[in-house]
Amino acid sequence: MASESAAHQDVRQGRSAGQYLANHLRDYGMVLALIAIMAFFQVTTDGTLLRPVNITNLFLQNSYIIIMALGMLLVIVAGHIDLSVGSVVGFVGALAAVMMVNWDWSIYLTIPSCLMVGILIGAAQGYWIAYWRIPSFIVTLAGMLVFRGASLWLLAGQSVGPFPRQFQALSTGFIPDLLPFVKTVFSVERMNGFAVVTGLVIAGLIVWMGLRSRARNRAYGMVTEPMSFFILRNLLVSGAIVFVSYKLATFRGLPNVLITMGVLTIIYAFITESTVLGRRIYALGGNEKAAKLSGIRTERLTFLTFVNMGMLAALAGLIFAARLNTATPKAGVSFELDVIAAVFIGGASMSGGVGKIVGAVVGAFIMGVMNNGMSIMGIGIDYQQVIKGLVLLAAVIFDVYNKNKQS
Amino acid sequence: MKPLLEMRSITKTFPGVKALNAVNLTVMEGEIHALVGENGAGKSTLMKVLSGVYPSGSYEGEIHYDGQLAAFSGIRESEAVGIIIIHQELALVPLLSIAENLFIGNERARNGVVDWHETFRRTEALLKKVGLSEAPGTLVDRIGVGKQQLVEIAKALSKDVRLLILDEPTSALSEKDSQALLDLLTELKAQGVTSIIISHKLNEVRSIADRVTVIRDGSTISTLDARGEALTEDRIIRDMVGRDMAQRFPARESKPGDILMEVRDWNVWHPEHSERQVIRNACLNVRAGEVVGIAGLMGSGRTELAMSIFGRSYGRRISGEVFIDGAPADVSTVDRSIASGLAYVTEDRKHLGLVLDDTIQRNITLANLPEVASMGVISEAREVRVAEGFRKAINIRTPGVFQKVGNLSGGNQQKVVLSKWLFADPKVLILDEPTRGIDVGAKYEIYGIINKLVADGKGVLMISSELPELLGMCDRIYVMNEGALVGELTAAEASQERIMSFIVRS
Repeated sequence: MASESAAHQDVRQGRSAGQYLANHLRDYGMVLALIAIMAFFQVTTDGTLLRPVNITNLFLQNSYIIIMALGMLLVIVAGHIDLSVGSVVGFVGALAAVMMVNWDWSIYLTIPSCLMVGILIGAAQGYWIAYWRIPSFIVTLAGMLVFRGASLWLLAGQSVGPFPRQFQALSTGFIPDLLPFVKTVFSVERMNGFAVVTGLVIAGLIVWMGLRSRARNRAYGMVTEPMSFFILRNLLVSGAIVFVSYKLATFRGLPNVLITMGVLTIIYAFITESTVLGRRIYALGGNEKAAKLSGIRTERLTFLTFVNMGMLAALAGLIFAARLNTATPKAGVSFELDVIAAVFIGGASMSGGVGKIVGAVVGAFIMGVMNNGMSIMGIGIDYQQVIKGLVLLAAVIFDVYNKNKQS
Repeated sequence: MKPLLEMRSITKTFPGVKALNAVNLTVMEGEIHALVGENGAGKSTLMKVLSGVYPSGSYEGEIHYDGQLAAFSGIRESEAVGIIIIHQELALVPLLSIAENLFIGNERARNGVVDWHETFRRTEALLKKVGLSEAPGTLVDRIGVGKQQLVEIAKALSKDVRLLILDEPTSALSEKDSQALLDLLTELKAQGVTSIIISHKLNEVRSIADRVTVIRDGSTISTLDARGEALTEDRIIRDMVGRDMAQRFPARESKPGDILMEVRDWNVWHPEHSERQVIRNACLNVRAGEVVGIAGLMGSGRTELAMSIFGRSYGRRISGEVFIDGAPADVSTVDRSIASGLAYVTEDRKHLGLVLDDTIQRNITLANLPEVASMGVISEAREVRVAEGFRKAINIRTPGVFQKVGNLSGGNQQKVVLSKWLFADPKVLILDEPTRGIDVGAKYEIYGIINKLVADGKGVLMISSELPELLGMCDRIYVMNEGALVGELTAAEASQERIMSFIVRS
């Protein structure tokens, strides 16, 4: 037996790097596509894309899409869809505006109340989907109409604003330079030391964790990526993080939303990859009947994914309202499409059970960079939509093609 | 009388299995020919060869139909010459009307526009022929299974049937509906329609068939004349089951202990048809260190019994009690059943047992994730150790536990499902067709695992359609028929003939 497994080990390690790449084309392909798209726009916009101010803008513009993509990934992995998130963004933004402007509530009351409303909205929709088995497409399509109408009603068709500064900071605030001495060390005029140090620390952490999990995987005989790939990938990722944090540092430092988004991404990546809860969501989406017969309470799990989605949509609604500094009845229109597109570009499967948080985030950035780049180039909104649609289609075709090839 | 159909030395192989081995079948013009054999003997495969579901070229041997060599490449070609097959699972569209169902794929239409007048007129004529007094516009799901069966036959008649094949037509029917159906077949025979009827109900076979062909293990055993009183059920049963059982089952010393699980007065109704009782007053028990079998035909309610016990995964209006270790057990949900010490290994591993896109490791731990996690965080190291342990202990043939289970062979998939439930550490395992669709070598290994389980003091309740398997493995066998446990035999008393006679005579 031992000799048999050793033989397999040899076979595995004897495989060429090309073979490994072929099997993991999807994972690398997406990151490579993001890099290619960024390079393309960097050239066509004469370097505007990667200017500090534009990088900052990229994060501010896409933060709420990414935050919702985290929840949407869980919903889609569980085998469902949520079309209502755009309307929930609008509704919660409107509600926050009414609370703060009309009722004079403090943000410490407004923000928790709004998140709670998001949770309740998710629960209301999840209840019908999970316990009554009404297709999520229908329930959330209804929710999309209901909450769009409700936000119109709340705002009486008007825009409501502006908001207190504290609330705006949710989106447009920056972390102050907590480490002012760094810039004297480097003797640079304008640089947020905290941002640079944070970037370096995170890059270091990523490499360290990568090495650790690599060693662990080897110990258990898992397929590990070839060393050359590992080095290349880590150089790219940590290089990108250091580069971005340096760029941000030379502008206004780390945006608050970047921290919110980053922390949430790490939390959700951890939940999906390492916890019992996450594992059960994948099993539910992969084969609901088998999951149920394995003792998983599938209804409750479905319900919870929608509750979570409602909460994240509410958070996105607050951030979006804070960014515009006003709540309008049109806020969040068609956001659901961007969010869903991001998740599918990120490699999730419509039939459930497949998809990664990191994929959804990269997918959202692909959409975001394209939006941003095309706008800088002055491409009309008409062409932008067509191009984005084709990119979504191409990504999914690529997925299906890969899957067919493997089986 | 001349033969209408001659199938000569038909051999059909699937990857790794010889389903049919030089089968011969001759059906005379105008007769009712019964085809009998155990589940998996090859009857349905033979009929699929005949009707072109398995096209010409995918099997060896010759089919002569109406004096000519026939080579059907699909079901349309066989239907064109009047061979119509009615499957056990009726192929009607429930939310369409009787008339629409009769002419589905064969619509009475001009230039693509349905001629409803013609459709209804012909439907009425056909329904009259089969003795069904329903309006042509009635939706199919509004009429009972017996009448649906008649609609199927009417549909066959609409296609000018010459050879009608019925796969277990009466298995879901009440006695009255069955009789009506058999009368209709006799009437059609008088009109010159030849029939092949696949059935397990030997009394029906004897009453209606002119001749009987017995198939066993993919070979023709005998063709018997069924007219008159000369043919006995015992004779048919002997031909159906007679096979040697030497050395197919690993030896085990039987030493049952205390009662581990007891089920009392278990009643279950059908989840959709609320008037249909699926399980009637079932009482059974399993002792520690004992393998208890449940024998019965497909559709007798064995799976329904098991699944309704395991967390009410099947059925409605479930009543009855389950005791484990002498104390009442809460089996109201799957997770509580698992906590009570039960495990259910499904007969349908692809749809109900495995997440095919996931790895071996993730499938094995699915039913007991907390065991490899602390504070809700999974330790992958522990998980891999568990999965590797099972891979070695029960010999799952795979390079590593990171393979997708969808890529494994049936036998290895079954071992993964078993591992999943062994890891949940139950007291009693319910195994539903644990060796279905897997090769002989893997079967032997699975029998070995079962023996080891009972040696460790666990109880096993084993559902199987293969009687030799039950006889070879079980200490005790319950016989189930039409939702009731109709007999109980100890290993010493049990024989294939006795089990079969419980089923066909109950």
